[in-house]
Formats: sequence, C-alpha cells, structure tokens
Amino acid sequence: MSLQVSKHGDVVVIEVDGQLIVGNRQELKQRVLDEAEAGARKVLVDFANAGYIDSSGLGVLVSLAKRMRELGGDLRLANLNDDLQTLFELTKLDSLFQIADTRERALESF
Amino acid sequence: MVVNGALDIRVPSDVQQIESIVAQVVRRCREHRFDGRQLALNVPVALTEALSNAILRGNGDAAGKSVRVRAEVTDAWLVLEVEDEGAGFDLAACTEDPTTPENLGREDGRGLFLMHALMDRVERFRGDGNVVRLTLHRR
Repeated sequence: MSLQVSKHGDVVVIEVDGQLIVGNRQELKQRVLDEAEAGARKVLVDFANAGYIDSSGLGVLVSLAKRMRELGGDLRLANLNDDLQTLFELTKLDSLFQIADTRERALESF
Repeated sequence: MVVNGALDIRVPSDVQQIESIVAQVVRRCREHRFDGRQLALNVPVALTEALSNAILRGNGDAAGKSVRVRAEVTDAWLVLEVEDEGAGFDLAACTEDPTTPENLGREDGRGLFLMHALMDRVERFRGDGNVVRLTLHRR
C-alpha cells in the first residue's frame, strides 16, 4: 500500500493505493494523526485506487473517524468500488461514515 | 509447494506474509474462473482474516512460529485451511455481531463475522495444530 497526500483548501485528501490490511494499517493511522497534529480537521480518504480492506483496516478507519470528531473535525470517504461498498454495507459501517461517489462530491460536502 | 493441484505452504508467522499468500490463492481461483466479486472481496478478505487471526491470536504474534496454509481449488469450490500453533478457540462463542449499535463503533471484532459473511462455511477443529477451514462455492 502507498498513500498519496494532497491538500484541497482546508481538506487533506489521502489516497490509498493497494490493500488496507493488518500489515499496513498503522501507516494510514499515523499519517492521519500526523495531519491532525499539524492542524488538519477535515480529512478525506479516497479509495479510487484501493484494493481490498480487512477488518483491521476498517477498524483503523473507525478509530480515526472517532479521533477526528473528538478534535471537532471529520473524516469522510470517497470512491468505494462496488466490492468495498458491499463490505461497508455488510458491516453497517456505511451508516457510520459519510461516503461520496466521487472526490469532488466529497470535497463539496465538507 | 503444490501437491495434486492443492497449494500447501508453511510460512513464518508474520503479517507481512499475508498479501503474497492471498495473491497466490486468488490467482488459483482466477484460473478456475471464480467470479469477480469472489476474487476481489470474498476470498482475499476472508483469507486475510483467517491468517491475521492465526498469526496474531493463535500464534500470539510470536517470532519463530509458523502458519500452514492449504488451498484446494476446483471449478466448483475453494477449500482453505489455515493452521496455527495455538490452543484453538470456540468459533461460535468468539463470533460477535459488529453491526449492533453497541458494537458499531468498536475498532475490533469484525474478523470472524466477515469470514462467516463472505464464505459459505467456516469450521474450526484440531489437526496437527489449530485449524480454521473456509469453504466457498464458485459462482
């Protein structure tokens, strides 16, 4: 997995390339926490180039969303493919996150 | 090692091994024309959960231990067995529902649930070690 980070106004966009699983989830967690430490309060995780996500990856997203809300911010998601959308529906995490079809719509939603 | 069409490998108990094992199994399922959803979701996620459980819980994330993975793939089904060196666990008792309001915000507790949701059958038994067997019929 690799992470591409960019800023769009006051939104930090983190693009996940590859699988988000137990062996690499800490990279995403630390990157978001570093951005939050630096003052970011709006974080968008873009899964346009992501592969599969396991329960550890889902858990990290839950943990980060909780942390961002504690800081008065938010973490939102974009570009889940059909398989990832199904994963979020199976776990009902689609009810916990604000999920946009595209990056543009996600950016507009903040 | 591949014996009689089945994959049978023993790897170090390290979560960094997971992606390459999953890739090998998915490739074999692709050769047997499993459908796209099964290749992109069911097989990789369920196998990752089984391997993660074996490495982190069964083997206690201990260096020096190993995990054995067997995969038999046909045009009709996939049978996976993941064996660790642990004492085993009660599959039914350990499987929680992460979708309840009280569990939805938890960081953990989705692994066994996903195995059940994504596979047709999940079993646990004693072999030489503690074995989790996952069965998926090809669509």
